[in-house]
Amino acid sequence: MSSQAASAETHDPHDVRPIRKAAMWVFLGSESMFFGTMIATFLLYRNNTGDGPGSEIFNIPFTSASSFVLLMSSLTMVLAHNAFEKRDARSTRIWLLATALLGITFLAGQIFEFTEFVHEGLKVSTSSFGSAFFFLTGFHGAHVAIGVTLLLAMFYLSLDGRLHERQGLNVELVGLYWHFVDIVWIVIFTVVYLLQV
Amino acid sequence: MAETAHRAHPTPAVYWGIAAFLAAVTAIEIAIPSIAALDSVKVPLLWFLAAIKFGTVVSFFMHLRYDKKLYRTLFLLGVIGIIPLMTVMLLSLGAF
Repeated sequence: MSSQAASAETHDPHDVRPIRKAAMWVFLGSESMFFGTMIATFLLYRNNTGDGPGSEIFNIPFTSASSFVLLMSSLTMVLAHNAFEKRDARSTRIWLLATALLGITFLAGQIFEFTEFVHEGLKVSTSSFGSAFFFLTGFHGAHVAIGVTLLLAMFYLSLDGRLHERQGLNVELVGLYWHFVDIVWIVIFTVVYLLQV
Repeated sequence: MAETAHRAHPTPAVYWGIAAFLAAVTAIEIAIPSIAALDSVKVPLLWFLAAIKFGTVVSFFMHLRYDKKLYRTLFLLGVIGIIPLMTVMLLSLGAF
């Protein structure tokens, strides 16, 4: 009897959290395939530069710094989640804000990089290389922007104590999304930048 | 039920250590293209290092190592699915 009660407690049929988390992993898996096709497209057209510039205009030291910023934002995100699990509201708030700021720094770097490339003659319409490059990195940038928005929303909720225990899964799901954005960049940085120089 | 069993997540000190490891791997990655002696192994080496970073973030920061097997399966289906998808795509578009 007592074991049945315990079983009912641990397997609440109305608890949708495992389903939501599984759905998030399915979403991330499908996103992987989505980015995979974009990376394949880039690999296919990487040498089709037409009359425009190619990978020689990449500023590897600058992009490396941006990559490092995004990589460290995964650390601050996991520290935010860890603090939330410990009911440490102040640390949660600090690490969420740090993650959002690192994400904004990455985006600012990407905007700067895109602007430089346009000045050097590489636009979406310049060549197949330009199209593939801007769509891949731009789409990743859009994902970062969505992540930053979610992080700032979490931070805002935490300011007046609305980020409470019941929202633990939301913090975790935002964290998963953010780490995913990071791992996609790990691949993009290698394929698009490091392997082309 | 083993499916619902969760292992304890790492401590913040471990997370900092993992971040230091990732930073070190990134520094090696950045150095590789400028080392002429590694030109012949550059491509597999960079892929290998990217895979290590990818696996480390997924395992430790995303807690897939500590979570349900179901989540791992769902995610890996997507990640492994990239291989045939990319192969078919590149073959059909004449990349090889």
